Amino acid sequence: MSHESWTGKLDAYLDGELESAEMQELDRHLRECPECAAESLRRLQWKRSVHVAGQRYAADPALRERVRKNISRGRSTRVSWRWWPAFAAPMVVLLLLAGAAVLQQNTRRVRNNQIVSELTDLHVGTLASATPVDVVSTDRHTVKPWFEGKIPFSFNVPELQGSPFELVGGRVSYLEQSPGAELIFRIRKHQISVFIYQERSVPTDFPAVQSMDARSFHLETWKQGGLRYFVIGDASPEDLRALSDLLKNAK
Amino acid sequence: MRRSLVYSMCVAEERSAAVFEQLAMPLFDRLYNFAHWLSQNRDEADDLVQETYAKALKGFSSFEPGTNFKAWIFRILRNTFLNSRTGLNAATVPLELQDDDPALPVESATPETILIDRASQRVVQEAIGELPVLYREVLLLCEVEEMSYQEIAASLAIPVGTVMSRLSRARRRLRESVQKKLQRSTP
Repeated sequence: MSHESWTGKLDAYLDGELESAEMQELDRHLRECPECAAESLRRLQWKRSVHVAGQRYAADPALRERVRKNISRGRSTRVSWRWWPAFAAPMVVLLLLAGAAVLQQNTRRVRNNQIVSELTDLHVGTLASATPVDVVSTDRHTVKPWFEGKIPFSFNVPELQGSPFELVGGRVSYLEQSPGAELIFRIRKHQISVFIYQERSVPTDFPAVQSMDARSFHLETWKQGGLRYFVIGDASPEDLRALSDLLKNAK
Repeated sequence: MRRSLVYSMCVAEERSAAVFEQLAMPLFDRLYNFAHWLSQNRDEADDLVQETYAKALKGFSSFEPGTNFKAWIFRILRNTFLNSRTGLNAATVPLELQDDDPALPVESATPETILIDRASQRVVQEAIGELPVLYREVLLLCEVEEMSYQEIAASLAIPVGTVMSRLSRARRRLRESVQKKLQRSTP
């Protein structure tokens, strides 16, 4: 291997990322080539400088304590079931069944509210942002390919010719740590965000199709082809429904 | 039978939170340092870390035992940052930062790399802080957190090849920036 090829591998070598055979070969080269050995030493010193300089910020101990307490509180606020043996068995079964039903309903409602709230925040963030989209285009054939490799799925963007909607662009968005697509459409002066995630990465308890209102925004959601769609905006519910229909029929 | 099942589930949940605490709290200082580097603001870093822990605890059941917890929780922190106001602005990728740029020429020994030896910690810190966030995060995960390329790829949800190209550009930019700062400070 040429001298230049070895120089090109020095960073990966110092990062411990070379295959072991290559590592040994480069080790041998460094013993024989003073120039590469000196360069290797420089880069190693550079790595050390960055390593030390990068450890810059220390948290307030009070913050650590607060976080730790929040984790502990999460544990201790869970219901203790230890007193249950005092009850008669049938009562226990009844309570369990009733409790489970209420709990399931509440959990579902709380989770749905959390997701709607998070989506509303994302939409408001988009409205407030100076750069609301990462790919600016009214052309669906530009927007769709832009997402390739950035999100782990593909989806169809509707043909908008003849409709009152205009495509503004798109960006990658995260919901509960899962990457997805956010498409921004405009109708008259209203902006509408369409969020698309994999159904399995954002499991929800929404019915297959649902309309709702959240903080003065309207929201339409449905699942289709393993994907979960959310359409949110302050346009009229009819407009949202019309856009949803276009998305559902997109090819 | 039913009672013992529910009781077992509650105990399991308690154990799960205890396991979470054992895994997550030792990473607190590292997560905080990374949060502060990303947000460049103490208050935002505080919020970011608290939100990260809350989200991670809530989603702990989705963490697959045996996989990399550190990469998992750093990914939550990074995604939380990206969805914050600062993150939304910071993560917009200028054209010059696109990952499909042709590879940069191989670095070689030049006077500026030698100058780095003299660089004070403050100059390096200033230069790291000025890097675009996409470069800053990959550099910090590699050099400070000493993560492997694979772990960085998992934390940032990008391919290993992208990690390597961003890292190479981040190093080059940092070196150039430090060199300029040193030149300015030398009469």
